[in-house]
Amino acid sequence: MAERILSGSEVVLQALADQGVEVVFGYPGGAVLPLYDEIFKQNRIRHVLVRHEQAAVHAAEGYARSTGKVGVVLVTSGPGATNAVTGLTDALMDSIPVVCLTGQVPTHLIGNDAFQEADTTGITRPCTKHNYLVKNPDKLARTMHEAFHVASSGRPGPVVIDLPKDILVGKAPYLEPGQVQHRTYNPVVKGERSQIEEAMEMLASAKKPILYCGGGVINSGTQACKLLTEFTRMIGAPITLTLMGLGAYPASDKQYLGMVGMHGTYESNMSMHDCDVMVAIGARFDDRVTGNLDFFAPNSQKIQIDIDQSSINKNVPVDIGIVGDVGHVLEDMIKIWKAKQYKIEANALDSWWKEIEGWRSKRCLSYKQSKDVIKPQHVIRSIHAATRDRKTYITTDVGQHQMWAAQHFGFEHPYEWMTSGGLGTMGYGMPAALGVQVAHPDATVVCFTGDASIMMNIQECATMTQYRLPIKTVILNNRYMGMVRQWQQLLHGSRYSESYSETLPDFVKLSEAFGFTGLTCDKPADLDDAIKKMLEIDGPVILDVAVDDKENCYPMIPSGKPHNEMLLAQDTSGDEAIDSDEGMVLV
Amino acid sequence: MKETEISKHTISVLVDNESGVLARVIGLFSGRGYNIESLTVAEVDANAHQSRITVVTSGTPMVIEQIKAQLSRLVPVHKVSDLTLAGPSVERELALVKVIASGEKRVESLRIADIFKARAVDATNDSFVYEIIGSPEKIDAFIKLMEPLGLSEISRTGVAAISRGTLTM
Ligand SMILES: Cc1ncc(C[n+]2csc(CCOP(=O)(O)OP(=O)(O)O)c2C)c(N)n1
Ligand SMILES: [Mg+2]
Repeated sequence: MAERILSGSEVVLQALADQGVEVVFGYPGGAVLPLYDEIFKQNRIRHVLVRHEQAAVHAAEGYARSTGKVGVVLVTSGPGATNAVTGLTDALMDSIPVVCLTGQVPTHLIGNDAFQEADTTGITRPCTKHNYLVKNPDKLARTMHEAFHVASSGRPGPVVIDLPKDILVGKAPYLEPGQVQHRTYNPVVKGERSQIEEAMEMLASAKKPILYCGGGVINSGTQACKLLTEFTRMIGAPITLTLMGLGAYPASDKQYLGMVGMHGTYESNMSMHDCDVMVAIGARFDDRVTGNLDFFAPNSQKIQIDIDQSSINKNVPVDIGIVGDVGHVLEDMIKIWKAKQYKIEANALDSWWKEIEGWRSKRCLSYKQSKDVIKPQHVIRSIHAATRDRKTYITTDVGQHQMWAAQHFGFEHPYEWMTSGGLGTMGYGMPAALGVQVAHPDATVVCFTGDASIMMNIQECATMTQYRLPIKTVILNNRYMGMVRQWQQLLHGSRYSESYSETLPDFVKLSEAFGFTGLTCDKPADLDDAIKKMLEIDGPVILDVAVDDKENCYPMIPSGKPHNEMLLAQDTSGDEAIDSDEGMVLV
Repeated sequence: MKETEISKHTISVLVDNESGVLARVIGLFSGRGYNIESLTVAEVDANAHQSRITVVTSGTPMVIEQIKAQLSRLVPVHKVSDLTLAGPSVERELALVKVIASGEKRVESLRIADIFKARAVDATNDSFVYEIIGSPEKIDAFIKLMEPLGLSEISRTGVAAISRGTLTM
């Protein structure tokens, strides 16, 4: 096909359209005015105006994580780009495909400390999967398409394209997506057959197997999640999921042990500790999962499947490391398992499950209900119960409420759980919910947040109102930075330094000021009604729930401790301290 | 090799010669706390716009594996090769060594240069600049000997390396 000569801005918009982009989350400014002009002139691509560039990236993450597509961001140069950095880092840590277009000063001014100039490619190099500065109009179209390919393939991640203003204004040739082939970047998707065979043989000989699965399964797609379920049921082994993996396997299934890690379930962590063969699928042995590495699953052989070679043998040496897309590898695993008629020895598996049932019977997530004060866990469970029969997406902020949501909201399907795992970014929840609701206008989107986190991107209330996004924001209001308070209690002699939320706004008035409904609830008896009312309202709602300010998040593996030294709620009096200097230096 | 034993590796990286690629490689090393003992870079194929980066680094076997995996996943990287593991290789470095001295020390420096096959590429009545090519160890040894003889400035290129025989990257 003959090249078409367009303006740079037209090339960008055309490329977005050809990449199937429906929506861009952005915020204008001088350097990107030509792009905004182009957006104004067309109606194929929708622009959602956020109120802070960090929120644009989180919204794109929410969109991406809940659809499996690439999220797209558009921000201006200088402060626009630097404001996006937290979101980009968040997307990098959690492997979320995002393409972020940043404006830049004209090429001839680059390096001159021009107005709103920032070294965007320099600043974002360590927080993106890849980034580009387009200095040559001939490369514009190719770069756009390549960015989508890089963001979405292999281990997904954020990609920045820095666009000098003269490139946007000047002429540039347009090239269709299919005409682009990458010379160096070709991620492996198919796993090495002989390794998979070896792995299945190892697994078949296990007496205490466990599957430990993470966000990589969800990134691989819904088909991969189906295959995981098929495989797990076929072999009869217990399965645990990481924070990022929730939803990859149905939470209600009896083979599911719950979440693994610092605030994971007792049965998951004990099974991880005592297993003899561990299969890590799309999970990266994060320190929040492993606890003290010296005591991590000490008697196990380990198999790891990951699309990213660098995730294998990074923290934990494994016996078999398979590089490949989880979906492809699971397909092969199922074929081989069937062909070889493998079966984990029934007696062994039986007594393994008996052991696990023993741990399960501790009911580690139980909490004491009270007539006077609302328990935060109960709020999560009540909302889970109230939304069971509708398509529901959950986002969270960061803190105790996040962990309670992860523990108590049962996720049955992938794509329904959006949280900031790797970076732990307070302020993620509401903007991520924006992106989810934009992608799924008819679904129920609930953002569980804390009294401190909500303040970090509170300006997005205006975006909710503008686009009539009926997000239900539930504040588990303990009037503390609860997670900080918990650590201070356990590790710093209950010296609650700066963790009390001294001057919180009146969230009802605040909601009304932004143009939507605010509700409060402070009595256990009123909770169900408040939830019902919230869900019935056809618009955004903030529900401010006053919860027990003393409640700690258990179970907990204190930093620096092995899996089998978890603290359980029932073993704690409420004012215990962990005697560990080692734990104090860890995060 | 023991899992905790630290060893030195020479790693060659073939990259697209595009802006920022060196910053990516260096940023990876500093950001993840890996060592760089030496790093050289130059274009090796002008038509294909490819450069070769040679990094000498050290770490436990697991860290070395990580370094290679991390390098490989950088988008503009074509190929990563661990010359230390790939078999025998040739490693060469060039150094310019300035010695300011007179009398017996000056003569002695010339004699040592001769033994090391170092050339004097600049000379004044009070100084020499020696050019020496060899393994980093040979250059280290030469510099050590020059120390008492008026050694006053050193410029080293860092290591260029290639595997022996028919093996290519
Ligand atoms: C941007 C950012 N700053 C600081 C932190 C550290 N931090 C982690 S949890 C937390 C407290 C969160 O408080 P709140 O939102 O009220 O949630 P709670 O733990 O009370 O449920 C803080 C300050 C963080 N994760 N992110
Ligand atoms: Mg709080």
